[in-house]
Amino acid sequence: MIPTVLFYLFSAVLIGAAVGVITSRNPVYSALYLVLAFVQSAALWLLLEAEFLAIVLVLVYVGAVMVLFLFVVMMLDINVEEMREGFTRYVWIGAAVAVGVVAEVWYVLAWRSEGFSAVPDALPADYSSATELGAVLYTEHLYAFEIAALILLVAIVAAITLTMRKREGLKVQDISAQVAVRREDRVRLEHVEATKE
Amino acid sequence: MEAILLTIVLAPLAGSIAAGLSVWQGGRAGARAVAHSATIAGVAISFGLSLWVLKGLVLDGAEVFNGTVYRWAVIGGMPMEIGFLVDQLTALMMTVVTFVSLAVHVYTIGYMHDDPGYERFFSYIALFTFSMLMLVMSNNLLQLFFGWEAVGVVSYLLIGFWYKRPTAIFANLKAFLVNRVGDFGFLLGIAALALYAGSLDYATVFGQAEALSTETIEIWPGTAWPVLTVACICLFVGAMGKSAQVPLHVWLPDSMEGPTPISALIHAATMVTAGIFMVARMSPLFEYSTAALTVVLVIGATTAFFTGLLGIVQNDIKRVVAYSTLSQLGYMTVALGASAYAAGIFHLMTHAFFKALLFLAAGSVIIALHHEQDMRKMGGLRKYLPITYWTSVVGTLALVGFPGFSGFFSKDALIEAVALSTTPGAGYAYWAVLLGVFVTALYSFRLLFLVFHGTERIDSRARAHLHEPPWVVWAPLIALAVPSVLIGWFTIEPVAFGDFFGESIFVLEEHDVLHELGEEFHGSGAFVVHALTHFGAFWLALAGAAVAWFLYVRRPDLPGRLRDALRPVYRLLDNKYYFDWFNENVIAPGTRGFGGWLWKFGDRGLIDGLIVNGSARTVGALSGIVKRVQTGYLYHYAFVMVVGLVVLVGWFVLRA
Amino acid sequence: MVTVSHYLTLAAILFSLAVAGIFINRKNVILLLMCIELMLLAVNFNFIAFSRLWGDTLGQVFVFFILTVAAAEAAIGLAILVVLFRNTRSINVESLAQLRE
Repeated sequence: MIPTVLFYLFSAVLIGAAVGVITSRNPVYSALYLVLAFVQSAALWLLLEAEFLAIVLVLVYVGAVMVLFLFVVMMLDINVEEMREGFTRYVWIGAAVAVGVVAEVWYVLAWRSEGFSAVPDALPADYSSATELGAVLYTEHLYAFEIAALILLVAIVAAITLTMRKREGLKVQDISAQVAVRREDRVRLEHVEATKE
Repeated sequence: MEAILLTIVLAPLAGSIAAGLSVWQGGRAGARAVAHSATIAGVAISFGLSLWVLKGLVLDGAEVFNGTVYRWAVIGGMPMEIGFLVDQLTALMMTVVTFVSLAVHVYTIGYMHDDPGYERFFSYIALFTFSMLMLVMSNNLLQLFFGWEAVGVVSYLLIGFWYKRPTAIFANLKAFLVNRVGDFGFLLGIAALALYAGSLDYATVFGQAEALSTETIEIWPGTAWPVLTVACICLFVGAMGKSAQVPLHVWLPDSMEGPTPISALIHAATMVTAGIFMVARMSPLFEYSTAALTVVLVIGATTAFFTGLLGIVQNDIKRVVAYSTLSQLGYMTVALGASAYAAGIFHLMTHAFFKALLFLAAGSVIIALHHEQDMRKMGGLRKYLPITYWTSVVGTLALVGFPGFSGFFSKDALIEAVALSTTPGAGYAYWAVLLGVFVTALYSFRLLFLVFHGTERIDSRARAHLHEPPWVVWAPLIALAVPSVLIGWFTIEPVAFGDFFGESIFVLEEHDVLHELGEEFHGSGAFVVHALTHFGAFWLALAGAAVAWFLYVRRPDLPGRLRDALRPVYRLLDNKYYFDWFNENVIAPGTRGFGGWLWKFGDRGLIDGLIVNGSARTVGALSGIVKRVQTGYLYHYAFVMVVGLVVLVGWFVLRA
Repeated sequence: MVTVSHYLTLAAILFSLAVAGIFINRKNVILLLMCIELMLLAVNFNFIAFSRLWGDTLGQVFVFFILTVAAAEAAIGLAILVVLFRNTRSINVESLAQLRE
């Protein structure tokens, strides 16, 4: 009973948040709506007893990715007004395509599949999503795991490479140049005649 | 035996190469000697060995030689070889070719004495001898075609020997191109035979002749013609080109641009007879196609009569003999069409001798008068050139068929054979060849009277140096005059009516007119008497001679008045029935125009413009439209992606 | 009772909303990136629902990786956006059209 109510509650908010993302005038609002959507998703995933992933969603997605989004949105000085042009012209096409997608999925679910109306079996009491995930991840899919890590590395390198600029006039030590200095570059002996009385 | 045959073929070739190399030394003392010695030696060896082969076949009863010397290639199961078939027909041709060639070689020493291209000339005529021998000795269609083309090439080279003369170049190109038209038909005939008989070898093809006579070929869907008829007519088209039958005869008079020795050798005795030889050789095939024989008959008859008429109005001494050659070739063709192949070849042989003689005699006159060829500037030459005169008389008598001379036997046998023939068209042919005798006598004696008799119209400077040319010129004349007199009497029985040709010529029983004629033949003497006592060729010839005497000796003013009275007829004859006009004004410009039109519309317009440039333009236009997809706008791309995805998924989902 | 198909429908709705968002938004590149995140979220829903249905942990492993890659992609996307902004002083999608014909 309660899980059902919770499901509908969370789903409603999720969908509302999604609509908010796409219809907000202000990009900051959109980002915040997206954060809301993610949190609702996490809750829903908890209902599905995938608690590890739910927490990871909050930690990684909301905590890192969305924060990044907000950083960027607020950093860029966006002219909010011109963002709103042309909305009404294209909303109908968008709605049409959206309805098309939903219709397709619904058609598949309703007429071309079986067994999806089943309720998932109950899990054992000591089921731990994290344990299960770890058991599989570090054994069967270790290779993919390592590669995922590499992907993150690549992302870091790429982001830095793209955005780094050197500031002018910055004084930085060049160690190798310092070490390679020769006496002649620094000291010059001048022979000066002593003044006579 | 193979070695001997190879020597026969290769000796002239070696002589030709030696002479050709000596051209580079041209001008130096020894070069001329090398040129004429090497070639004469080569041709003499060929002649001697050919005689030996002939004697072996005829007198000693030797076996016919049919063998492959070299296998060049095997393409699709069909072997392409060099081989020799030496039977009685071949041996006869070989002997004739080498004999006349030898005579001409010796003659050339005198005739071309002052010419800077002396060595080149010898090289060419020896090369010609080689090509002609390859042609007659061949045992397969491919080698025959090789020889055919080779003699055509050498003819081209020799007609245009004085290549700085525009008329010579025009003539040699004309000869080659007209020959080409004939060769086209020839190739089609060979292809038909190769396709249906599966081989190019004579023995194989002839062996299948009877079986092939019932097969048909469909050139257009719905028309089925007998294979042998189509093939033989195509082969005959080749013969028409090479042996100058109407309408492909136009090149022969022009070929007189070449030096006289080659007119004698190529355009009288040997090359033009290649077509006659080929038809005789292909007799096993022609016999099974009455339609082809009719074509041969009719065209031969037309040539025999109408070209003879043209000989009456020529003023150039060589042209008269040229038209005479055309007419006599027509006679030979008529004989072939009447299935009297042996008579045709017999006439070929006798004609080779007396026609070559007449040409060489004409040449002798020409150089005696320092290269004057117009008969209107000759006259009364018999006092100054006795040997030339008497040999010319011999030749003329042989040509008109005076009883006892060789030409009489061959021509009369021919005419009688045609009279007996039942092939359609034989009636027309008979009248053509009979009346042709009158015409032949008329122009031959006209030539004799204009040149050697009557009032002297010679240019005074030429008159001063007028004397008989050296022995190298008149010795060949005598050498040729002897057979012109004698050979007919002795050889007619075995050759025309007898078993001389053995298996080499095939005649179906219902066509065998010579056999029929042979039953009435009671010896050469009786043949002469028969001719004298019955109305026929002899009396017509006499009439022709009489008319010529009257017009050119008794009343020399008459020809001019006749010409004025019969202007339109004269114009027709003078323009050679407008064949040349037609070729030069309709066919040649028409073909060139057609080619130009094809170039403009086909090549430039269609292929370049429409297909090549057109496809480039289409691609350009299309890409101009397609490039608008690249708007650069992210949301366009996203839109297309998503819509495409939705459609694709939808299609998969909705598939039954 | 909440069945798997409820979750699937929910995911479908989310996905379609995100797609609509891509179309509706004509100006804002950041919004584009956010819609992509939404799409990925919808997909994750599907994975987890199926993983729960069939008891196969592989679904969750996949979600794990999707999260990783999505984070990386968001980071790089934003970095590009920042550089774009530096050069063109605007985040208008239309100003990205230099590669047009």
